[in-house]
Amino acid sequence: MNELNGGKNIVIVGVGGQGTLLASRILGRLASEAGYDVKLSEVHGMAQRGGSVVTFVRYGEKVAEPIVEAGQADVLIAFEKLEALRYLHFLKKDGVVVVNDLRIDPATVSAGAAAYPEDVLGTLKRARRTVAVDATEKAKALGAPKAFNVVVLGAAARYLGFPKEDCLRVIAETVPPKTAEINRRAFEAGYALES
Amino acid sequence: MTVPEKKIMLGNEAIARGAYEAGVKVSSAYPGTPSTEISESLAKYPEVYAEWAPNEKVATEVALGASVAGVRSLCCMKHVGVNVASDPLYTAAYTGVRGGMVLVAADDPGMYSSQNEQDTRMVARAAMIPVLEPSDSQEAKDFVKYAYALSEAYDTPVILRSTTRLSHSRGPVELRGREERPDIPYEKDIAKYVMMPGNAIRRHVAVEARLKRIAEDANGFPVNRVEYGDLSVGFITSGIAYQYVKEAMPRASVLKLGILNPLPRRLIEEFAAKVDRLYVFEELEPVVEEQVKSWGISKAVGKEIFTRQGEYSANLIRERVLGEKIEADAPAAVPARPPILCPGCPHRSVFTALKRLRLHATGDIGCYTLGAVPPLGVIETTVCMGSGISMLHGIEKARGGDFVRDWVAVIGDSTFLHTGVNSLMNMAYNQATGTVVILDNSTTAMTGHQDHAATGKTLKGQTVPAVDLMELCRALGVKYVFEADALDQAELEAVLRRETAREALSVIVARSPCALLKGVKFPYKCAVDSEKCRKCGACLKPGCPALTRSADGTAAVEETMCNGCGLCMQLCKFGAIEKKRAGE
Repeated sequence: MNELNGGKNIVIVGVGGQGTLLASRILGRLASEAGYDVKLSEVHGMAQRGGSVVTFVRYGEKVAEPIVEAGQADVLIAFEKLEALRYLHFLKKDGVVVVNDLRIDPATVSAGAAAYPEDVLGTLKRARRTVAVDATEKAKALGAPKAFNVVVLGAAARYLGFPKEDCLRVIAETVPPKTAEINRRAFEAGYALES
Repeated sequence: MTVPEKKIMLGNEAIARGAYEAGVKVSSAYPGTPSTEISESLAKYPEVYAEWAPNEKVATEVALGASVAGVRSLCCMKHVGVNVASDPLYTAAYTGVRGGMVLVAADDPGMYSSQNEQDTRMVARAAMIPVLEPSDSQEAKDFVKYAYALSEAYDTPVILRSTTRLSHSRGPVELRGREERPDIPYEKDIAKYVMMPGNAIRRHVAVEARLKRIAEDANGFPVNRVEYGDLSVGFITSGIAYQYVKEAMPRASVLKLGILNPLPRRLIEEFAAKVDRLYVFEELEPVVEEQVKSWGISKAVGKEIFTRQGEYSANLIRERVLGEKIEADAPAAVPARPPILCPGCPHRSVFTALKRLRLHATGDIGCYTLGAVPPLGVIETTVCMGSGISMLHGIEKARGGDFVRDWVAVIGDSTFLHTGVNSLMNMAYNQATGTVVILDNSTTAMTGHQDHAATGKTLKGQTVPAVDLMELCRALGVKYVFEADALDQAELEAVLRRETAREALSVIVARSPCALLKGVKFPYKCAVDSEKCRKCGACLKPGCPALTRSADGTAAVEETMCNGCGLCMQLCKFGAIEKKRAGE
C-alpha cells in the first residue's frame, strides 16, 4: 500500500441526514491547511434518504485513491452505533472507533424483519479500541440537538492529530455563521471527554 | 508569478470551474445523480447563463444552439440522460460546432443512484464523438478546458465522461482566471447546420475524416501520459481506475489515457511493446480492451480477470493481479439499512392509500421509486423517466380496459415534465382509460431539490410563471383532472376509487411539498396516547421511521424525527394519536 506519511485514513459513517458530509468537509479542510494532499469521497442521491451512508477522508504526502478499503482505516467516526458495527471491518487492528451512543432502528428492524443487535458497544469494545460518546445527550444539554455530530467530531479530534485551535477555526469557517458559537461549544464538549 | 489559489473541490465543482475558466457562456442541464452539482455550482458564476431544462434532449439542443451562435456552451447529465440526449447528440456530431461545445456525462458504476450501469464511452464511439476522462478534481477542471480547445480545433462536440466516484470525490484544485472570449461571428451555413440527406451525406464523410485526424493527433495529446516504471508489468487505464493502479502498484508502468475515443493507437502499441505483462484496467465495458485486442495485441488481459460490474478498487488489483489475500475481518452480520422515504413524505401517504385499495402501480424515477420497497410494495414496474405512464397504456392495450381498473401510473412532477407529458398525450390521443397520479411535491426531490418549470423558480433564482400541471393535462386532452391533498387519506381514497373505476382517462394531481423542501414548515408533532393505544399496529404499517413500538407494545413517536404529517393519526381507529403543536 502507498504510505501515507503522517497522514490518515478516516471513515465517517451514519444514517442519511446526520451530517457525515459536513464532518468530512471539516476534516478535509484541516488536512489541506496542514499541507497534506487530501481526497474525500461522498455519497449523494438516493442512498442518502435515511439509508446507511459512508464518507471517506484520506490525507497524506500523496493520495491516489479517494476511498478507504477494508482493514485500512485509522479512525472510524460513527454517528450511529449499528453503522459503527457495519463498517468496523474497515478499521486497522490498531485503529480506533469513535461512536455516538445512539440507536436508530433501520426500516428492516422497525418492520420486524430483523433485530437490532444487542450490546453493540460491547461488541465494538471487544474488537477494537472504542470511544463511546453520548453526543446526542451532550448536544441536547447545550440546547442544540442537531450539533451532536460536532460533539462526536470533538471527541474524535484527539485521535486525528490536528491542533484544537485549528479545528475550532475551521469549524467556525465551515458552518453557517449563525451556528458558529453553538458548534464551538459542541466541539469543546466532545473534546473534553476522557477516552 | 503569483501562486494560484488552491481549493478543495468536489469533482463536479471542478468541472463547473473548468467551464467558467474556459469562458463558457451558456449551460443547460437536467438534474441527475451524480451530475447535478455541476449546474448548481456553475449557476453561482454571474458571467455564465445556466438553466434547468425539462430534459437532457432539450439541454443538449440549447447547448448546440448556443454553439452555433458562436459561444462556448455546456450541457450536463447523468449517463441515462445521454439516452434522452442521443437524438441531437448523434447529429450534432455531423453539424459540428462554432463555439466549443462540451457534454458532461456522469456514469454510475455500482449504481448508487441509477437504474442501469451503461458506459457512455460506448455511446461516444457510436456517435463518433471524442470523449475525455479525468481522474481527479484537478484534471476534471483541466480536461474541461482542454475539451473546449479540442471542440473548436476539430469542429466537434466533445464528451467529458465522469463517474460517481470522481464527481463525488473532493481534492485540491488550482484556481485560475476566466478566459473571456469574443463571440465568434454568426454566419449562415445551411450545408453544415441543416441536416437533410443531401447535406448530411457530405457531413458524414467529414465526421469520419475528422475522427481519423483526431485518432492520429491523439498520440500527442497532453491528456495522455506514459509513466514508465517496472517494465515487467504495464497497465492501460483511465479515469478513477488510474488511481487504484497507483495505489496498489505504484511502481508498475502505466499508460494513462485522457482521450478514450478515438484511441491513440501508436501510443498504445509502443507502450504494449515495452512491457512484459499488459493489463487493461477500465470500469464497466471493455471499450479500450476490445480495440487493443483487435489490433493484435494478444497479451492484453482485461475482463478475463476484472469485472464488467460495479466500481473497481485497489484491492481488486491486489487480489487479481498480485494474488494477495486481503487481510481484513469479515463484515459483521447486521441488519441492512436501505434508503427510506422521510418522515412526513407525501409519497408515503399516497402509497398507503394505493395499498389500502389494493391497487397496482406502474412507477417511475424519483424518491417515490421507494414505493416498490416493503412495507409499501405497491410499485410494480420502474424503467426510465416517463415510462410509468406509457407502460400503463401498453398494459391496457394488451389486456383491455377492465384489466387496468385496479391500476394507476405514478410519476413525480419533475419527471412528468421531463418525459411524462408525451406519454400522457399518447394516452389521450389513443383513447386510454387508465388513471395517472402525479405526485406533485413541488420540486425535483431525489437529486436534492432542484426547481423545474412548474415550481416558478429558475436555476439562477429568478421568479417566473409556473406551468399549471392541471391545465397542461387538460390541454393534452384529458377530460378528468382532479387535485387531491397528498396527506389526506380520506380524500385520496375517494378520488382513487372513483377515478380508477371510471372508464375514461383521468389524472389525479396529489399535492403536498417535499418534507425536506426549504421553507416547508411542520408546526405539529404526532403524539400517541398509550392509554388509548390498542397495539393493533395499523399506524406502523406505512413504515414511517419516526414511529416505533414501545416495550409494552404500544406505538411511540420519536419526536425529533416526526414532521407531524398526520398519516399515522389518520390510520388509527381508536383516536390514540393526536397532532400537537411542537413543544407542547
